Amino acid sequence: MNIKALAAALLTGLLFGVGLIVSGMTNPAKVQNFLDISGSWDPSLAFVMGGAIAVTLPGYIWLGRRQGPWFASAFQWPTASDLDVRLLGGAAVFGAGWGLGGFCPGPVLASVSLGAVGTMVFVAAMCTGFVLAKLAR
Amino acid sequence: METSFTPIASLVGGALIGLAALLMMASVGRIAGVSGIVSRLLPPRPEMSGMPTGIAFVLGLLLAAPLTVLATGYVPEVNVSSNLSVLVLAGVLVGFGSVLGSGCTSGHGVCGMSRLSVRSIAATLTFMATGVGVVYLMRHVL
Repeated sequence: MNIKALAAALLTGLLFGVGLIVSGMTNPAKVQNFLDISGSWDPSLAFVMGGAIAVTLPGYIWLGRRQGPWFASAFQWPTASDLDVRLLGGAAVFGAGWGLGGFCPGPVLASVSLGAVGTMVFVAAMCTGFVLAKLAR
Repeated sequence: METSFTPIASLVGGALIGLAALLMMASVGRIAGVSGIVSRLLPPRPEMSGMPTGIAFVLGLLLAAPLTVLATGYVPEVNVSSNLSVLVLAGVLVGFGSVLGSGCTSGHGVCGMSRLSVRSIAATLTFMATGVGVVYLMRHVL
Protein backbone atom coordinates (compact mmCIF):
# COMPACT_ATOMS: atom_id res chain seq x y z
CA MET A 1 0.00 0.00 0.00
CA ASN A 2 1.58 3.23 -1.06
CA ILE A 3 1.67 6.32 1.09
CA LYS A 4 0.17 8.52 -1.64
CA ALA A 5 -3.03 6.44 -1.68
CA LEU A 6 -3.30 6.73 2.10
CA ALA A 7 -2.72 10.49 2.02
CA ALA A 8 -5.29 10.88 -0.77
CA ALA A 9 -7.89 8.86 1.16
CA LEU A 10 -7.25 10.88 4.33
CA LEU A 11 -7.60 14.19 2.46
CA THR A 12 -10.71 12.91 0.70
CA GLY A 13 -12.34 12.01 4.02
CA LEU A 14 -11.41 15.40 5.43
CA LEU A 15 -12.78 17.26 2.41
CA PHE A 16 -15.95 15.15 2.55
CA GLY A 17 -16.39 15.99 6.24
CA VAL A 18 -15.77 19.71 5.74
CA GLY A 19 -18.33 19.67 2.91
CA LEU A 20 -20.88 18.04 5.21
CA ILE A 21 -20.21 20.65 7.92
CA VAL A 22 -20.36 23.63 5.52
CA SER A 23 -23.57 22.30 3.96
CA GLY A 24 -25.26 22.03 7.37
CA MET A 25 -25.96 18.30 7.01
CA THR A 26 -24.19 17.47 10.30
CA ASN A 27 -27.25 18.97 12.02
CA PRO A 28 -29.97 16.27 12.20
CA ALA A 29 -32.66 18.92 12.73
CA LYS A 30 -31.84 20.32 9.27
CA VAL A 31 -32.13 16.87 7.66
CA GLN A 32 -35.45 16.15 9.40
CA ASN A 33 -36.76 19.57 8.32
CA PHE A 34 -35.91 18.68 4.71
CA LEU A 35 -38.03 15.55 5.11
CA ASP A 36 -40.84 17.50 6.84
CA ILE A 37 -42.46 18.82 3.67
CA SER A 38 -45.80 19.65 5.29
CA GLY A 39 -44.18 21.22 8.38
CA SER A 40 -41.05 23.33 8.97
CA TRP A 41 -39.64 22.51 5.52
CA ASP A 42 -35.99 23.44 4.88
CA PRO A 43 -35.07 22.62 1.26
CA SER A 44 -31.30 23.02 1.87
CA LEU A 45 -30.53 19.29 1.46
CA ALA A 46 -31.70 19.39 -2.16
CA PHE A 47 -29.02 22.06 -2.77
CA VAL A 48 -26.39 19.83 -1.14
CA MET A 49 -27.21 16.95 -3.48
CA GLY A 50 -27.45 19.30 -6.44
CA GLY A 51 -24.07 20.88 -5.65
CA ALA A 52 -22.45 17.47 -5.21
CA ILE A 53 -23.87 15.94 -8.39
CA ALA A 54 -22.97 19.06 -10.39
CA VAL A 55 -19.31 18.30 -9.59
CA THR A 56 -19.30 14.49 -9.48
CA LEU A 57 -21.33 13.79 -12.63
CA PRO A 58 -19.08 15.65 -15.11
CA GLY A 59 -16.05 14.50 -13.09
CA TYR A 60 -17.00 10.84 -13.44
CA ILE A 61 -17.50 11.30 -17.19
CA TRP A 62 -13.98 12.74 -17.38
CA LEU A 63 -12.57 9.86 -15.30
CA GLY A 64 -14.39 7.35 -17.50
CA ARG A 65 -12.10 8.32 -20.37
CA ARG A 66 -8.97 7.70 -18.31
CA GLN A 67 -7.05 4.42 -18.02
CA GLY A 68 -7.13 4.14 -14.24
CA PRO A 69 -6.80 5.95 -10.91
CA TRP A 70 -3.61 7.72 -9.82
CA PHE A 71 -2.66 5.46 -6.92
CA ALA A 72 -4.40 2.12 -7.55
CA SER A 73 -4.51 -0.42 -10.37
CA ALA A 74 -8.08 0.05 -11.62
CA PHE A 75 -11.32 1.97 -11.17
CA GLN A 76 -13.81 -0.08 -9.15
CA TRP A 77 -17.08 1.05 -10.72
CA PRO A 78 -20.16 -0.76 -9.36
CA THR A 79 -21.50 -3.35 -11.81
CA ALA A 80 -24.88 -4.45 -10.36
CA SER A 81 -27.87 -3.39 -12.45
CA ASP A 82 -30.90 -5.29 -11.16
CA LEU A 83 -33.68 -3.70 -9.10
CA ASP A 84 -34.26 -6.33 -6.44
CA VAL A 85 -36.06 -6.62 -3.12
CA ARG A 86 -32.81 -6.30 -1.17
CA LEU A 87 -31.95 -2.95 -2.77
CA LEU A 88 -35.39 -1.39 -2.33
CA GLY A 89 -36.13 -3.04 1.04
CA GLY A 90 -32.74 -1.96 2.37
CA ALA A 91 -33.24 1.59 1.09
CA ALA A 92 -36.70 1.71 2.70
CA VAL A 93 -35.31 0.58 6.09
CA PHE A 94 -32.38 3.00 5.76
CA GLY A 95 -34.76 5.90 4.99
CA ALA A 96 -36.91 5.11 8.02
CA GLY A 97 -33.86 5.27 10.31
CA TRP A 98 -32.64 8.42 8.54
CA GLY A 99 -35.96 10.16 9.19
CA LEU A 100 -36.17 8.89 12.76
CA GLY A 101 -32.70 10.07 13.80
CA GLY A 102 -31.89 12.75 11.20
CA PHE A 103 -28.49 11.15 10.64
CA CYS A 104 -26.97 9.08 7.86
CA PRO A 105 -23.47 7.52 8.00
CA GLY A 106 -21.38 10.43 6.61
CA PRO A 107 -22.78 13.30 8.69
CA VAL A 108 -22.87 11.32 11.95
CA LEU A 109 -19.19 10.35 11.56
CA ALA A 110 -18.29 13.94 10.63
CA SER A 111 -19.91 15.26 13.83
CA VAL A 112 -19.25 12.47 16.36
CA SER A 113 -15.90 14.01 17.34
CA LEU A 114 -17.77 17.02 18.72
CA GLY A 115 -18.74 14.72 21.57
CA ALA A 116 -22.55 14.88 21.77
CA VAL A 117 -23.82 11.76 23.55
CA GLY A 118 -26.60 11.23 20.99
CA THR A 119 -24.16 11.09 18.06
CA MET A 120 -21.94 8.57 19.87
CA VAL A 121 -24.93 6.37 20.69
CA PHE A 122 -26.07 6.59 17.06
CA VAL A 123 -22.62 5.59 15.72
CA ALA A 124 -22.48 2.54 18.03
CA ALA A 125 -26.00 1.48 16.99
CA MET A 126 -25.23 2.07 13.30
CA CYS A 127 -22.08 -0.08 13.46
CA THR A 128 -24.17 -2.80 15.16
CA GLY A 129 -26.60 -2.53 12.24
CA PHE A 130 -23.73 -2.88 9.73
CA VAL A 131 -22.52 -6.06 11.46
CA LEU A 132 -26.06 -7.50 11.76
CA ALA A 133 -26.71 -6.96 8.05
CA LYS A 134 -23.41 -8.61 7.13
CA LEU A 135 -24.25 -11.57 9.40
CA ALA A 136 -27.68 -11.87 7.80
CA ARG A 137 -26.22 -11.96 4.29
CA MET B 1 -37.26 22.83 15.58
CA GLU B 2 -36.89 25.42 12.82
CA THR B 3 -33.66 25.65 10.80
CA SER B 4 -32.90 28.43 8.33
CA PHE B 5 -32.76 27.74 4.60
CA THR B 6 -29.09 28.00 3.53
CA PRO B 7 -28.97 27.62 -0.28
CA ILE B 8 -25.47 29.08 -0.79
CA ALA B 9 -23.71 27.27 2.07
CA SER B 10 -25.48 24.03 1.16
CA LEU B 11 -24.56 24.37 -2.52
CA VAL B 12 -20.90 25.12 -1.65
CA GLY B 13 -20.78 22.30 0.93
CA GLY B 14 -22.40 19.98 -1.61
CA ALA B 15 -19.77 20.91 -4.22
CA LEU B 16 -17.01 20.03 -1.70
CA ILE B 17 -18.70 16.66 -1.09
CA GLY B 18 -18.86 16.14 -4.85
CA LEU B 19 -15.19 17.06 -5.18
CA ALA B 20 -14.34 14.53 -2.43
CA ALA B 21 -16.34 11.81 -4.22
CA LEU B 22 -14.48 12.62 -7.43
CA LEU B 23 -11.07 12.59 -5.69
CA MET B 24 -11.83 9.19 -4.16
CA MET B 25 -12.39 7.66 -7.60
CA ALA B 26 -9.53 9.59 -9.25
CA SER B 27 -6.97 8.65 -6.58
CA VAL B 28 -7.82 5.16 -5.27
CA GLY B 29 -10.52 4.13 -7.76
CA ARG B 30 -13.33 3.72 -5.24
CA ILE B 31 -16.88 4.96 -4.74
CA ALA B 32 -17.09 7.38 -1.80
CA GLY B 33 -19.96 5.58 -0.11
CA VAL B 34 -19.63 5.95 3.63
CA SER B 35 -21.78 2.95 4.64
CA GLY B 36 -19.83 0.71 2.26
CA ILE B 37 -16.41 1.97 3.38
CA VAL B 38 -17.19 1.63 7.11
CA SER B 39 -19.09 -1.67 6.95
CA ARG B 40 -16.26 -3.30 4.96
CA LEU B 41 -13.91 -2.50 7.86
CA LEU B 42 -16.13 -4.39 10.31
CA PRO B 43 -16.65 -8.10 11.04
CA PRO B 44 -17.70 -10.61 9.81
CA ARG B 45 -15.15 -10.98 6.98
CA PRO B 46 -13.64 -7.48 6.92
CA GLU B 47 -12.22 -6.66 3.49
CA MET B 48 -8.44 -6.59 3.90
CA SER B 49 -7.49 -5.07 0.52
CA GLY B 50 -9.43 -1.83 1.01
CA MET B 51 -8.68 -1.52 4.71
CA PRO B 52 -5.76 0.96 4.79
CA THR B 53 -7.46 3.51 2.51
CA GLY B 54 -10.81 2.89 4.23
CA ILE B 55 -9.33 3.65 7.64
CA ALA B 56 -7.57 6.75 6.27
CA PHE B 57 -10.85 8.02 4.76
CA VAL B 58 -12.77 7.49 8.04
CA LEU B 59 -9.96 9.18 9.98
CA GLY B 60 -10.24 12.22 7.68
CA LEU B 61 -14.01 12.29 8.18
CA LEU B 62 -13.59 12.15 11.98
CA LEU B 63 -10.96 14.92 11.93
CA ALA B 64 -13.09 17.33 9.88
CA ALA B 65 -15.05 18.78 12.82
CA PRO B 66 -12.14 19.24 15.28
CA LEU B 67 -9.97 20.79 12.54
CA THR B 68 -12.82 23.12 11.51
CA VAL B 69 -13.20 24.25 15.13
CA LEU B 70 -9.42 24.76 15.47
CA ALA B 71 -9.05 26.61 12.18
CA THR B 72 -12.13 28.84 12.30
CA GLY B 73 -13.51 28.76 15.85
CA TYR B 74 -16.87 27.81 14.35
CA VAL B 75 -18.55 24.96 16.23
CA PRO B 76 -21.06 23.16 13.97
CA GLU B 77 -24.58 23.06 15.37
CA VAL B 78 -25.78 19.51 16.14
CA ASN B 79 -29.38 19.42 17.41
CA VAL B 80 -29.61 15.71 18.11
CA SER B 81 -32.55 14.04 19.87
CA SER B 82 -32.14 13.47 23.60
CA ASN B 83 -34.21 10.28 23.37
CA LEU B 84 -31.45 7.68 23.31
CA SER B 85 -33.73 4.70 22.62
CA VAL B 86 -34.99 6.45 19.46
CA LEU B 87 -31.38 7.06 18.42
CA VAL B 88 -30.46 3.41 19.01
CA LEU B 89 -33.37 2.25 16.86
CA ALA B 90 -32.56 4.86 14.18
CA GLY B 91 -28.88 3.90 14.15
CA VAL B 92 -29.58 0.18 13.79
CA LEU B 93 -32.07 0.83 10.96
CA VAL B 94 -29.57 3.11 9.16
CA GLY B 95 -26.74 0.58 9.51
CA PHE B 96 -28.79 -2.49 8.63
CA GLY B 97 -30.70 -0.84 5.77
CA SER B 98 -27.68 0.73 4.11
CA VAL B 99 -25.72 -2.55 4.00
CA LEU B 100 -28.78 -4.50 2.82
CA GLY B 101 -29.52 -1.84 0.17
CA SER B 102 -25.83 -1.51 -0.83
CA GLY B 103 -25.55 2.19 -0.06
CA CYS B 104 -26.66 5.34 1.71
CA THR B 105 -27.01 9.03 0.89
CA SER B 106 -23.38 9.25 -0.30
CA GLY B 107 -23.07 5.97 -2.23
CA HIS B 108 -26.50 6.06 -3.89
CA GLY B 109 -27.52 9.72 -3.48
CA VAL B 110 -24.29 11.34 -4.67
CA CYS B 111 -22.06 8.76 -6.40
CA GLY B 112 -24.77 6.53 -7.90
CA MET B 113 -26.96 9.42 -9.03
CA SER B 114 -23.86 10.94 -10.68
CA ARG B 115 -23.37 7.71 -12.64
CA LEU B 116 -27.09 7.88 -13.57
CA SER B 117 -27.41 4.37 -12.09
CA VAL B 118 -31.01 3.15 -12.21
CA ARG B 119 -30.43 1.19 -8.99
CA SER B 120 -29.19 4.29 -7.17
CA ILE B 121 -31.98 6.51 -8.48
CA ALA B 122 -34.56 3.93 -7.31
CA ALA B 123 -32.82 3.56 -3.92
CA THR B 124 -32.62 7.34 -3.42
CA LEU B 125 -36.31 7.83 -4.25
CA THR B 126 -37.17 4.96 -1.87
CA PHE B 127 -35.19 6.24 1.13
CA MET B 128 -36.43 9.80 0.56
CA ALA B 129 -40.01 8.47 0.55
CA THR B 130 -39.72 6.42 3.75
CA GLY B 131 -37.78 9.26 5.42
CA VAL B 132 -40.58 11.72 4.57
CA GLY B 133 -43.15 9.17 5.78
CA VAL B 134 -41.44 8.55 9.13
CA VAL B 135 -40.92 12.27 9.83
CA TYR B 136 -44.58 12.90 8.93
CA LEU B 137 -45.73 10.16 11.35
CA MET B 138 -43.39 11.39 14.07
CA ARG B 139 -44.23 15.08 13.84
CA HIS B 140 -47.82 15.20 12.64
CA VAL B 141 -49.53 11.94 13.62
CA LEU B 142 -48.03 10.43 16.81
